Amino acid sequence: MKRLCSVLLINLFILSLLTTSGCSLKPWVKPYERTNLADPIMRFGRDPVAETYMHHVYQAREGAKGAEGGAGGGCGCN
Amino acid sequence: MSRNIIQRKVRFVCIAAFVLLWGSSAIVYGAVLPEDRADVMYHSYDGGGVTIDGPSILVRKSFLDKFSVSTNYYVDNISGASIDVELLASEYKEERTEYSLGVEYLNNKTLMGFGYTNSTENDYVADTFYGSISQDFFGDLSNVSISYAYGSDEISKTNDDAFGTEEATHLKYIISLTQVLSKSWLMNVTLQTDVDEGFLNNPYRQYSFNAGTNALGIIREFSPEIYPETRTSDAVAVRFKHFLPYRAALGFEYRKFSDSWGIDAWNFDINYTHPWGEHLIFDVHYRWYSQSKADFYSDLFESEGVQNFMARDKELSTFKDTTIGVGVTFEYEPQSWGFVEKVSLSLLYDRISFEYDDYLDARENVIAQTAGGGEESKYSIDADVIRFFFSMWY
Repeated sequence: MKRLCSVLLINLFILSLLTTSGCSLKPWVKPYERTNLADPIMRFGRDPVAETYMHHVYQAREGAKGAEGGAGGGCGCN
Repeated sequence: MSRNIIQRKVRFVCIAAFVLLWGSSAIVYGAVLPEDRADVMYHSYDGGGVTIDGPSILVRKSFLDKFSVSTNYYVDNISGASIDVELLASEYKEERTEYSLGVEYLNNKTLMGFGYTNSTENDYVADTFYGSISQDFFGDLSNVSISYAYGSDEISKTNDDAFGTEEATHLKYIISLTQVLSKSWLMNVTLQTDVDEGFLNNPYRQYSFNAGTNALGIIREFSPEIYPETRTSDAVAVRFKHFLPYRAALGFEYRKFSDSWGIDAWNFDINYTHPWGEHLIFDVHYRWYSQSKADFYSDLFESEGVQNFMARDKELSTFKDTTIGVGVTFEYEPQSWGFVEKVSLSLLYDRISFEYDDYLDARENVIAQTAGGGEESKYSIDADVIRFFFSMWY
């Protein structure tokens, strides 16, 4: 339960940061400036089927787990 | 008895990987639905005396501009004899089959998703339910995703009716922030907390203890492992992606992990993607991983039952592994293939080298009888990992 509370607090902290920063800062990269970011080679894990498999390979053989990278990518600017 | 020992941990973690994949997909896509895409892959892992291969088919399709449905069919065909099997059992063959179904719903800048995964073996059944919500903020420069997963496992033991059925549950809480830093930099930070409860060990594995001495030295004997029934773990990862001026991408990842079993681990990955001409993309990456052992791990215990919890899984030992990976993808965008927008063919190869610091090659004592217990050489594995897949966008 303690860990769950910690996770929720982190959630709230990040959300509040985003909300408050929205009041004081303006987005510094305009949509038309995101061509490079939208390139498929910029994705964190370009091929979901292969990315998932490598997570599987490591998780089965290492003690650590969680917070793995994911597939997909870009910047929400399609 | 013909049994799979090395792959015992795989059942749930594979499901977890799919959950994370889904969650991360929602993160990085932000307020757009994932691409309509189908992949058919052959995968293979060959190392430590074990070969695991099989197909994976992943299909995703959107409809009504608000929904996206994905399904995955995955098979592991496991054969061979790992060091654990050589010590305690005989060569085996086994199959694990996994089905997943997920639905995502897009509403303005919010993406919500739910899904279910089932993994089945003759002695292990795992069901996982998961949900996620992600939201774009700040002119779409920031995206926050929160994911939750609940897994329930039923574990039995082949040819051992007295074992009955054991259960385990797994909870996962994930939060992730993806941030546009500049015109050429992306960043992602992910935190995950897991809570695992129930029967968490491998019913086939055994720890080793000192059973006296002979001319060689210490005699190893074995007894079934005893794990704690709870495990909580935390992982945090930060990733960067940088677009280079000549259309190439450089990526970095650092992850830190710790759990209530005393394991501390970290890994670092650097990757480079280089398109070549109109149709080819080359990938190369290097990964370094290091971990400390669990509190209740020992290669050789002083005697039987000397602690409440005892394990000799090499996955819980102190070790390092390094990965060198290369890949090539051929892409083609046909002009007149009907609904098909793009196809690609990819071949990715990774070489993973595991170096165990306190997991010794007990075969030298038990089978070859060339060394006393605790005096054997350190164990190591070199593994070859292949992914060969065809993809189609529509």
